[in-house]
Amino acid sequence: MPVPSARLSTLSLAAGLGLAILAPISAHADAAAERRAILDALAEEARAADPAFSGFSAAAGETLFRTAWAGGDERTPSCTACHTEDPTAMGRNAKTGRPIEPVAVSVNPDRFTDPDEVAKQFRRDCKAVLGRACTAQEKGDYITFMAEQ
Amino acid sequence: MTRHAVSLALALSALVTAGPALADDDWIPPVTDALTMAECGDCHMAFQPGFLPARSWEAMMDGLADHFGDDATIAADKADHIRAYLTANAGDRIRAGMAREYMRWVRADGVPLRITENPAFLDEHDFRPSVWERPEVVTKSNCPACHTAAERGYYEDD
Ligand code: HEC
Repeated sequence: MPVPSARLSTLSLAAGLGLAILAPISAHADAAAERRAILDALAEEARAADPAFSGFSAAAGETLFRTAWAGGDERTPSCTACHTEDPTAMGRNAKTGRPIEPVAVSVNPDRFTDPDEVAKQFRRDCKAVLGRACTAQEKGDYITFMAEQ
Repeated sequence: MTRHAVSLALALSALVTAGPALADDDWIPPVTDALTMAECGDCHMAFQPGFLPARSWEAMMDGLADHFGDDATIAADKADHIRAYLTANAGDRIRAGMAREYMRWVRADGVPLRITENPAFLDEHDFRPSVWERPEVVTKSNCPACHTAAERGYYEDD
């Protein structure tokens, strides 16, 4: 019977499409939750370091990103040396030439979702640019800024 | 299978195995380990382990805290896994493709760390300074800037 089977396949096609459309949305929701968890942990750390901690600031994160600290490696005076002035653009590692995917969350929804990766990269990059570790406040500010880009 | 099919299959598999061997001077077994690819590939191309002998990879993994001037330390369990992969596939273990040529220049007691200092590399890269100064190159170890298939183990001239 051709009619019902055609209906059936239309139905399952629709269901399949529905899944295909829903899947990325829930993946984004997961990513946002993972990013939130990382920020919550940083907030706790920041509060422990300074009881007057009053939350993270995207503006301070932007200043961290754009300032020429020149405290570490001479090839990387600022975060922008590798990540470029535009967080939504492709970057390039100033030491190795390797291209770097954009760091803005709007372009790369999976940014700042893996706690190990985030911790490792802050450790390396802050040392290279500021010549010291970033504080929990600075890390939270940076992620807050990038989440809005 | 018919006899024809069998001989076709044999011929095809011979072709597949012979493929890389024919291009021994510009092919090296690519990195097949996902963690090695991801961790080494964070900052630079994940270089094929065949370019250095196992003792060099041991030294490299021992020295991650000062990795050519950078702190490249990673979690111990990840480092152990990567060390095992790199040493098992090192140039003096696999002796395939370009690894043969590179290993010819390594002294029996040598522990080279820079692939770009191997005479086999220098021989092929005797360029005018303007080539190295191209903005997309940045450093001699940035293979994919010119060899677009370098990550897959192909280093054809262009
Ligand atoms: C030497 C080049 C370089 C500089 C300078 C640099 N970064 Fe990075 N950054 C990288 C690379 C390489 C990655 C890892 C590749 C990737 O995530 O695409 C990365 C990733 C990151 C990540 C992880 C992102 C994620 O999705 O988990 C953070 C956080 C980060 N950088 C922060 C900073 C901050 C803050 C600065 C300035 C203080 C900075 N970076 C400067 C090269 C650099």
